[in-house]
Amino acid sequence: MKYAALVYYSEHTMSQLTQAEWDALNQECMACGEDLQQRGYMLGGQALQPVQNATTLRVRDKQLQLSDGPFAETKEQLAGFYLLEANDLNEAINLASKIPPARYGSIEIRPVRELSTQDNEHYQQSLRSVI
Amino acid sequence: MINRTQIQLELDKLYRSDSRKIFATLVRLLGDFDLAEEALHDAFLAASKTWLTEGIPSQPVNWLISAGRFKSIDRIRKDKTAQRLLRQDPSKTESEEFNEDQYDEYLDDDVLKLIFTCCHPAVNPEIQIALTLREVCGLKTENIAQAFLVSTTTMAQRIVRGKGKIRHSAIPFELPAKNELNQRLDAVLLVIYLIYNEGYLATSGTSLLRIDLSNEAIRLATLLSELIDDSEVNGLLALLLFQDARKAARVDSAGNSILLENQDRSLWNAKQVQTGVHYLNRAFEGSYGVYTLQAAIAHEHVRAKEYTSTNWAAIEAFYRNIISIEPTAIFRLNHAVALSMVDGPESGLQQINALLLSNELKDYTFLYCAQGEMLYRQKRYTDALNAFSYAHSLTNQAAALQSIKCRMDEIKQHIR
Repeated sequence: MKYAALVYYSEHTMSQLTQAEWDALNQECMACGEDLQQRGYMLGGQALQPVQNATTLRVRDKQLQLSDGPFAETKEQLAGFYLLEANDLNEAINLASKIPPARYGSIEIRPVRELSTQDNEHYQQSLRSVI
Repeated sequence: MINRTQIQLELDKLYRSDSRKIFATLVRLLGDFDLAEEALHDAFLAASKTWLTEGIPSQPVNWLISAGRFKSIDRIRKDKTAQRLLRQDPSKTESEEFNEDQYDEYLDDDVLKLIFTCCHPAVNPEIQIALTLREVCGLKTENIAQAFLVSTTTMAQRIVRGKGKIRHSAIPFELPAKNELNQRLDAVLLVIYLIYNEGYLATSGTSLLRIDLSNEAIRLATLLSELIDDSEVNGLLALLLFQDARKAARVDSAGNSILLENQDRSLWNAKQVQTGVHYLNRAFEGSYGVYTLQAAIAHEHVRAKEYTSTNWAAIEAFYRNIISIEPTAIFRLNHAVALSMVDGPESGLQQINALLLSNELKDYTFLYCAQGEMLYRQKRYTDALNAFSYAHSLTNQAAALQSIKCRMDEIKQHIR
């Protein structure tokens, strides 16, 4: 199973860290990524620049619309992502719990959805099986 | 020669006693709730035909498990949807050598795995409850919906969401690792406790059609205590047994609830209390926690011959112990009540005021009931009436409304 581990934290909270603390956290993140990669659990991932450098786009009526900033204003902002390979959710939780920013913000674990040409799992789920 | 009726009787008996175990094992083997449920039904159907000619097998449970598994593999070969539900490679499942004895030792473990899966913290707590009742207890969606006073569709949506979460995020059917066991067990105990509470409150309700959730909770806790050796499991079971022992005395013939102090203690179920004491003692042998301490408090209530002989000092001490472990507002409120019974209403009110200042329970009916009760004991009738009247405005629970109203009428007589 592939899982995306999305790292969120409050950029404001992180801005309160001293340069030394911030560097130490970044070193920890580098070590965490290297370790996951070496053990074959990490397929990819990247840290992101702050939301002030984000650009959001939409296409409506074939027109490109652009705006400055993130898609949504939230308390915590997306700060990076890992693509993990794990047997099941428990293993993914175990791996993601080692991601250093988990101590400051939150890590959202999302199973990856594989696209296929047909019979894609739809959002609407049948209730027939349980009534 | 065995006849159809005998086989049907045997199958009915097996269904009642073992279908959830068989289901749990099928869930492990097939990796999916829906596949396992179909396999379970296929297996019983197959038995009703095959046993007619071949007789009842020596190990019927194992027979049903392997029949269910093979039927399912058949189905997976033919059916695309079923293929998608299957987590592991069907050829792997198939190549496993079949041995009728192999399931025996895993049955109990499989039920436990099923419980931990339904109560996985990645699943919404409301859905954990619904899944546990449906998959572990085998209740129908319709009945669970009635018990929680929601429509069948709403309950069905919860269950489908839960099963979808388990399937799509690949929550494994396994026992938690040792270092996670305590935390994961807490979630299971909470689910059982909430199921009991829902049943406990429902007894004062009007609907006789509703299934008895308190019985389900006690069954679950008993099952869990057989499967896992843990103080808090025994503590929770004891707590439920003590609470439930008072069931017959809690409601009068008109369906109105009766407060603890006015209950006819001869109606309490002495045998159930005895069973509770057994589990309470076992709980205290290990490293116990808040459920065990709450059981100890419930025990103090049921062991008192009459309300006036309640050992409030012991209860107050147990609550102090609970607060040292889990200083939640509800426990602090209960402690305040116990303290007022030992040291008088003044000390209780001090604690209540501290709670009011913290704002934590500001919409909690029973905070104002407790406050009203203490003010009443201090003969501050107008203040007491105000507290109860505010409590009344905060709830729409029939039993609570009725007992608050009763108290208010009593206080009004002093004011006139």
